[in-house]
Amino acid sequence: MALSKLDNLYRQVILDHSAHPHHHGHLQQATNEIELRNPTCGDVLQLEVAVADGKISDVAFSGDGCTISQASASMMTDAVIGKTPAEAEQMVQVFSEMIIGDKPNLDLTVLGDASILEGVAKFPARIKCATLAWKALNNALTGDDGKGMAHLLSSHEE
Amino acid sequence: MGKNLNDIRADFPILDQQVNDEPLVYLDNAATTQKPKAVVEALTHYYYNDNANVHRGVHTLAERATEDFEAAREKVRAFINARSTKEVLFTRGTTTSLNWIAASYGEANITVGDEIVISYMEHHSNLVPWQQLALRKQATLKYIKMNADGTLDMADAQQQITDKTKIVAIAQVSNVLGVVNPIKELAKLAHQHGAVMVADGAQSLPNMPVDVQDLDCDFLAFSGHKMLGPTGIGGLYAKEDLLNAMEPIEFGGEMIDFVNLFDSSWSELPWKFEAGTPDISGAIGLGAAIDYLNQFGMAAVQEHEQKLVNYVLPKLLAIDGLTVYGPHDPAKHTGVIAFNLEGLHPHDLATGLDMEGVAVRAGHHCAQPLMKYLNVPATARASFYIYNTKADADRLVDSIVATKEFFKNGTI
Repeated sequence: MALSKLDNLYRQVILDHSAHPHHHGHLQQATNEIELRNPTCGDVLQLEVAVADGKISDVAFSGDGCTISQASASMMTDAVIGKTPAEAEQMVQVFSEMIIGDKPNLDLTVLGDASILEGVAKFPARIKCATLAWKALNNALTGDDGKGMAHLLSSHEE
Repeated sequence: MGKNLNDIRADFPILDQQVNDEPLVYLDNAATTQKPKAVVEALTHYYYNDNANVHRGVHTLAERATEDFEAAREKVRAFINARSTKEVLFTRGTTTSLNWIAASYGEANITVGDEIVISYMEHHSNLVPWQQLALRKQATLKYIKMNADGTLDMADAQQQITDKTKIVAIAQVSNVLGVVNPIKELAKLAHQHGAVMVADGAQSLPNMPVDVQDLDCDFLAFSGHKMLGPTGIGGLYAKEDLLNAMEPIEFGGEMIDFVNLFDSSWSELPWKFEAGTPDISGAIGLGAAIDYLNQFGMAAVQEHEQKLVNYVLPKLLAIDGLTVYGPHDPAKHTGVIAFNLEGLHPHDLATGLDMEGVAVRAGHHCAQPLMKYLNVPATARASFYIYNTKADADRLVDSIVATKEFFKNGTI
């Protein structure tokens, strides 16, 4: 039965993160904030980042989304707290390359739990769900308001 | 009308394939339909035998291409019962058609304080052009509400449409709720107040008999690709006196009568609006799609779809935790059925169904204001067409149940 293939996408860790997301909510004092949308499926993600002493001291996310986008956001927050913005941007790069799936020998240890989202590469329609939080992080850190990113996050509508 | 709708699968080669190791069940017809061999062969035949530019050649191929192109226009005219082919413009599709009305008729007739009335269930293509026109002209955009079952609230329509209303623009069939809106009644109401009636026929033309004279709408927009035709071709019907008064949207070749150095005059209808080389093969393909549908007759197409809805809607409603949007009475529901499974994002549900070979849409269906009205971020949507069967309906129901079980039990 073909539903068994879903196990590659919806691993238990992913379902757990989605059901009980880490760092979900709002920060008292955010230094960077952004809202990104995935117009294809209606997902909305608000991300708040606090940078102190050259490091990401805290992150929080909120919004609506599917299992993959919520789990990915939760895993991302776990992975980047304590990192410098430059390190975090490097992680965004590794995550993107992992999801695109065309580099076989990528070192994924830096991603923590998020490396389990590697299976999303086999589900092209869901790549944008997994990358939404990471693109939000990248944009929050680089000051891009995300409006120029629409082409990366959306696909054509009917 | 001799051909039987129960025996047409072989006309659609694309349906005969495995997706994720399961036989494909294609239920995304409201987004686009599959194409029968007859349509694909019409395109091939045109390019292999008759290809030339239209309306300007003296040679034989140009004559044949022109004849086929204009024959396709006549097929569209007959299909919607327009009075004359002067009232049938070829466009890229519904979106272009609606934009043309806003850019030409709207631009010339809307002023400060006028009202444009639409509904909460409109597709973005029958919403954003009016919203932008209203912004440009400082006009007021008004929305007609829905009843609790998703049907249009006609009492509210009576309130919203006033003597200040200049345009009423409503979908004949909703691409999310599956309801049929009473265009004839709305047109009457619009005309009583001196407004024009714009019908978005994108979801109605493929599925039911549509007669523009009976509806008495002033404009009707539609897309070819949602009714077995190729992508990139569609149409705009408008009453001849309106088209005569309207300015062209685009200028160039094909649409001119005489061009002088400092002014020009326009070609007659319908060519006045068709600047540049048109989508000749697309129009011919659309003509072939209409021929294909006419083998059965649109009443039979509608009946086939209604039988499937009568069969599948109660089964869907019986699934614990499944919400169906729009009317729960099958008699009020077309083959477009939007739904959500409790506790599961529609995108996750659609991926589950895809693994079972069942193709449905998940998202906001280009109807963000409607999603907000329904208070959901998105929905899944199954939409049936002439080649779908009760077996397809069963596969949908079984796959939803299997996906629900998968997520309930967790995995690995």
